[in-house]
Amino acid sequence: MKLILEDGTELSGQSFGAHRSIAGEVVFNTSMTGYVETLTDPSYRGQILVLTYPLIGNYGVPGEREAGSMSRPFESNEIQVLGLVVQNYVDHHSHHASRRSLAEWLKSQDIPLLSGIDTRRLTQKLRDKGTMRGWVVAGGNVDWEKENAKRVDMRKEVFDLVSPKETIRHEGKGGPHILLVDAGCKDNICRCLLERGATVTRAPYDADIVALAQDVDGVLIGNGPGDPKDLTSLIEKVRELLGSYSKPIMGVCLGNQILALAAGGNTGPLKYGHRSVNQPVQDLLTRRCYITSQNHGYHVIDESLPDDWEPWFVNLNDGTNEGVRHRSKPFFSVQFHPEASPGPQDAAFLFDDFLRLVAAVRS
Amino acid sequence: MYGAYIPKKPKRVLILGSGALQIGQAGEFDYSGSQCIKAMREEHIQTVLINPNIATIQTSEGFADKIYLAAVTPEFVERVIAKEEVDAILLSFGGQTALNCGLELSDSGILEKYGVRVLGTPLEAVRDTEDRQLFKNRLGEIDVKTARSFAANNIEEGRAAVEKIGLPVMLRGAFSLGGKGSAVVRTQEEVNEALRRAFAAVPQVLVEEYLAGWKEVEYEVVRDFRDSCITVCNMENFDPMGIHTGESIVVAPSQTLNDEEYHLLRTIAIKVVRHLGIVGECNIQYAFDPNSTDYRVIEVNARLSRSSALASKATGYPLAYVAAKLALGYTLPEIPNGITRRTTAFFEPALDYLVCKFPRWDLTKFKGASLKIGSEMKSVGEVMAIGRTFPEVIQKATRMLDIGVHGVDPEKFTREDLDTALSEPTPLRIFHIAKAMKEGYTVERVHDLTQIDRWFLEGIKQIVEMYQELESVKGGRIESDTLRRAKKLGFSDAGISIATGIDHRKVRHDRVELGIVPHITKIDTLAAEFPAETNYLYSTYHATEDESPASRKRKIMVLGSGCYRIGSSVEFDWCCVNAANAAQELGYETIMLNYNPETVSTDYDVCDKLIFDEVSYESVLDIWEKEQPEGVIVSMGGQVPNNLALRLAKDGVKILGTSAEDIDRAEDRSKFSALLDDLGVDQPKWTHLTDVSKVDEMVDELGGFPILVRPSYVLSGAAMSVAHERNELVRILERAKAVSSDHPVVLTAFETNAREIEIDAIADGGEIVLWAISEHIEDAGVHSGDATLMLPPQSISIPTIQKARNISAELARALNITGPFNVQMLAKKGAVRVIECNLRASRSLPFVSKVTGNNFVSEATRRMLGVQKPVTNHALDLAYVAAKVPMFSFPRLVGADPLLGVEMASTGEVGCFGDDANEALMHSLLATGFRYPTKGVLLSLGPLSDKYSFTEEARALAEIGLPIYATPGTAEMLASVNVECIELSKEEGAEGSAMDTIDQGKVDLVINVPRSYDEQGRPDGYLIRRRATDAEIPLITDLMLARAVVEAIRWRRDSKSLKILSWDEYLDRKPMALR
Repeated sequence: MKLILEDGTELSGQSFGAHRSIAGEVVFNTSMTGYVETLTDPSYRGQILVLTYPLIGNYGVPGEREAGSMSRPFESNEIQVLGLVVQNYVDHHSHHASRRSLAEWLKSQDIPLLSGIDTRRLTQKLRDKGTMRGWVVAGGNVDWEKENAKRVDMRKEVFDLVSPKETIRHEGKGGPHILLVDAGCKDNICRCLLERGATVTRAPYDADIVALAQDVDGVLIGNGPGDPKDLTSLIEKVRELLGSYSKPIMGVCLGNQILALAAGGNTGPLKYGHRSVNQPVQDLLTRRCYITSQNHGYHVIDESLPDDWEPWFVNLNDGTNEGVRHRSKPFFSVQFHPEASPGPQDAAFLFDDFLRLVAAVRS
Repeated sequence: MYGAYIPKKPKRVLILGSGALQIGQAGEFDYSGSQCIKAMREEHIQTVLINPNIATIQTSEGFADKIYLAAVTPEFVERVIAKEEVDAILLSFGGQTALNCGLELSDSGILEKYGVRVLGTPLEAVRDTEDRQLFKNRLGEIDVKTARSFAANNIEEGRAAVEKIGLPVMLRGAFSLGGKGSAVVRTQEEVNEALRRAFAAVPQVLVEEYLAGWKEVEYEVVRDFRDSCITVCNMENFDPMGIHTGESIVVAPSQTLNDEEYHLLRTIAIKVVRHLGIVGECNIQYAFDPNSTDYRVIEVNARLSRSSALASKATGYPLAYVAAKLALGYTLPEIPNGITRRTTAFFEPALDYLVCKFPRWDLTKFKGASLKIGSEMKSVGEVMAIGRTFPEVIQKATRMLDIGVHGVDPEKFTREDLDTALSEPTPLRIFHIAKAMKEGYTVERVHDLTQIDRWFLEGIKQIVEMYQELESVKGGRIESDTLRRAKKLGFSDAGISIATGIDHRKVRHDRVELGIVPHITKIDTLAAEFPAETNYLYSTYHATEDESPASRKRKIMVLGSGCYRIGSSVEFDWCCVNAANAAQELGYETIMLNYNPETVSTDYDVCDKLIFDEVSYESVLDIWEKEQPEGVIVSMGGQVPNNLALRLAKDGVKILGTSAEDIDRAEDRSKFSALLDDLGVDQPKWTHLTDVSKVDEMVDELGGFPILVRPSYVLSGAAMSVAHERNELVRILERAKAVSSDHPVVLTAFETNAREIEIDAIADGGEIVLWAISEHIEDAGVHSGDATLMLPPQSISIPTIQKARNISAELARALNITGPFNVQMLAKKGAVRVIECNLRASRSLPFVSKVTGNNFVSEATRRMLGVQKPVTNHALDLAYVAAKVPMFSFPRLVGADPLLGVEMASTGEVGCFGDDANEALMHSLLATGFRYPTKGVLLSLGPLSDKYSFTEEARALAEIGLPIYATPGTAEMLASVNVECIELSKEEGAEGSAMDTIDQGKVDLVINVPRSYDEQGRPDGYLIRRRATDAEIPLITDLMLARAVVEAIRWRRDSKSLKILSWDEYLDRKPMALR
């Protein structure tokens, strides 16, 4: 089996998952744990994922989710990536919760797994060129397979694939009622709200969120795949909401970019995308620092923010924006993932802060 | 970077070192202390260091402003505080020694009295982590789980606690290092003995539930005073709970934890560290249930530790340096990241490789020592292997141990009872596991016997399967796919050669032809996420491209000393670092190759390129071919690189300095003895061993027993033994042959009552340019690494010194030496005989360099690189005396006989100065844990002649007013010379036995010189020696040393009579010029 990049790079390895050809953006992540979480993260929809940690599969995969459950460690109901590329696939998994090997799981969902690739070298190429298109080719007829490999359209189709088909309500334990705007949102954002007692209405990105927002106590715009600028209708709706709304709005990852764009700011691609769980950020108000989980190739441009908005968090590695907040209204968002999963839980307090704010505004 | 904070900096700080290397406290503290000093210097803060370990980097020129080579005791530290007017103190860079000393200084109000601020973690937090009960309480406050336990302050309380918890239990000592006093107690019979041992070592013992089979996981945590907190690295033990983490094979990062578990423990770690208020670095250890997410916090070390040194090297994150900056009040985001040079210290490294730490033991060097490993630390060193699969790193690591294996070879160490070999851990268990798997044991069965996680066992199984595949290779040619897979599983060329029977040169030739070569790749702390300028490298067959291409600069490569073991430790690291520095000063690019995480040489700041990898024929050749340096320095890293010289030279590697052939002429005992005969230099009578059946003839030829047996190419007297009678000789010969079959064994007449002298020298083109001569206090027969050295010599005559010097000069010329060498000689009745000559840096080179004020290593390096500058030699005209005294770790080695012989047994050393020999000796002894006797002295002196030669000293002890206890023969002699004493029986259980007297605490100095040897060659008096060791009472077993010590006590009656002067104060003293 081969991985072929648009710059002509060809890398051969062994196939362990589904033996079929695919085409998609090739991205990487440097997290040392959390492959189950990452593979089911809707932000990776349509992408071929490269992991830099050289041993993948060590602790296997837990059994299938029960229907309707949102159990950990899965971040959605299915594997989202198109294909997985690793240095050394480890078949002999060992963990009390493991019920099957990683390869078995991937096969069961028809996802290719390519092992034996120098993923460090590959990552160096990917980071230097930004995201690249690539193909995993299973058979010998490379050109034909490249031509016919299935690809996800990343401008529109991808959002339809990851967004829920209808609005779902998760009953809480007497906490406030939150509208979760889902353009490919990880389950753990929902779980983080539910664990804190909130009731969550999880709505597709193309739902009438302006109307839905009137019946809840606060709005959270979650993460998702792709370029935020492709979500024009959502940006428009959020802009409308920002103009009239007085209840708290929080954004996470894609949600951060949507909020910034809706507010009149701009986003752009990063020179080196943030694709790891060890990203240091600093709260510009308190000067406190946190290690965060991140996966994004676009960032909010600080200088583009309108006067009534301000940068909130900054990335300590490259100085790029990691969060914005409105100067007077309860609107704020972060570029990193406070829900972690995978990654450090340093920023989980943001959900507490959000719900506290929601409760304060409600009363 | 963001929000710079201007801290209130101290002006002058005192840093406490960790003293001599010992089991549980080794080279890692030279690394952490050196980094600390570097961090202080950057801030223009003056530094004062107390550390008697003269072989360390931190006690070198260019580090601390003031260096005191003195014991790290509250008394001496107070005197330094008063003299140097320091305003702050750092306690977390010198291991448990420094921490305990700091706590005492604080308790006694000394720090307050002199207005000395403790930097970094506050002492309250230290106490919370050190006192077991406080620790439990503090963690209970934040609902963090600790093991169910009770603290006991005496044996009675201990027994009651065992009752309450129920067997099996774990005993843990408080305020201890290396798990001293700890044990797993499984049966009622073991309870009393274990408690007795524990309380002999520590004042408080924790009786704890024993979490058998739980995983052991550690996190290294860093916190600044503004509460930003990160975990730099986590590590998982291959061996489950019950084996001390210092005794465990460890991997980083953890391998069997999923994301939820990894971050559960990470989050708890941060919560605990914030609650305790640590400022700087600490380590937190967990037991983790393999069948749920249940956990217990086992302990927190609120200081730099062995684990933190390992974590620094495993990740590239300089923990000690950062901890030092945090102690000054900086915050993490204000400290630049030295490895990326673009980011800050507030980040958590992402690894795209894994590391494996493997401990190195030397248990077989100690007669009578238990070979089992457990909850107390016994290992003397460690190695770290870097790679991308578990089989790769564990195979690399086993080779790095330098125990004669070429990987996890299932056939190397065989044992009859494999089940026992698996269930009772020993240093060789990994090989027994491999053997068991080869015999058909399933992973499940091995897991049942060992409790080791199946994930690790599957990795070993892969190695064994490949081994079997290689064994089945027929026709002398390995398929390229097999070869590639074998290399990726960490097989060396030699390992493949053993399994296949194909010559290793052919293996190498074939694989290079097939393009199967390793690539050198970077450790960049961020898994290539964005570019980083790092010079920290390792090689692996999983990489596909060299990331650090060879430069076109003039460059040299320095081969490091590998793992610390008895006979090779920090002194060779000092030599390697100084060699690299000297070459850099001459404008060379330097490449350091070494694999010991405890060292300064593996600090990426020391050289231009650090390749953290094997120091082996194969790896050196691989790097040589890529880098093409002008030459390789093999003479600074001790025996490991020295042994490679000849083979490397034959393959075209340029050896700097003395030629490989000449090195071989000195190393090969037989060639060397012949050379001495040619030169007409006297040597003890010697002969070859050719045939064991001719032993009797040989003994006659040499003039009878005792006889010294010496194999070639040895370090620290491995397998070197003295035979006192025939059976013993035959046994030793069998053992010696097993060590090295390629080189002949030499039998030498063993000289008694001879002085031993050593010359360390640097030569250039066969001419000596620098030299120093030291004398052993002990008579010849005690290994030079265990002997007490005096510089300059105190008792040998000027003609003897001249003879020794002339012999050294002749040898330098005959062997055409360029670089360092060391000659050991016997002096007796005016004659000087050569016993050994090594054409490499010796153990005593840092000592002679620092005592004479001439850096021998820098000079040697310059000469090897062809640079000649005139030097002034100070071999004899010194206005002070220095003593080098060994440090032993016998209390940790249960059952070992604490007796000195031709095999080296010490684990470390100190070197201290004085106005005269007595002061230098007392300073040094105190620095190795010796205490002035105040209660009584137990004498048990050897043969009659020894007894009488001690008359003067016995009288001196009596005059001092110390009660003298003596065993019957000695008592009889003392009575005959009118010295009063109390007679004690030597028999265990007898009324008023010597052992009881020791246990009752009536004596605080034991002098025991063995008199006779049984037919096994075992000396008498074992019980007395062992009991003194277990009670941690100073023990002297050599008559000459005993006499010197009594003499020193007589003239330097207490520690107040010893001056506290800094190193430069001594060096500034110049003897009066003679006109």
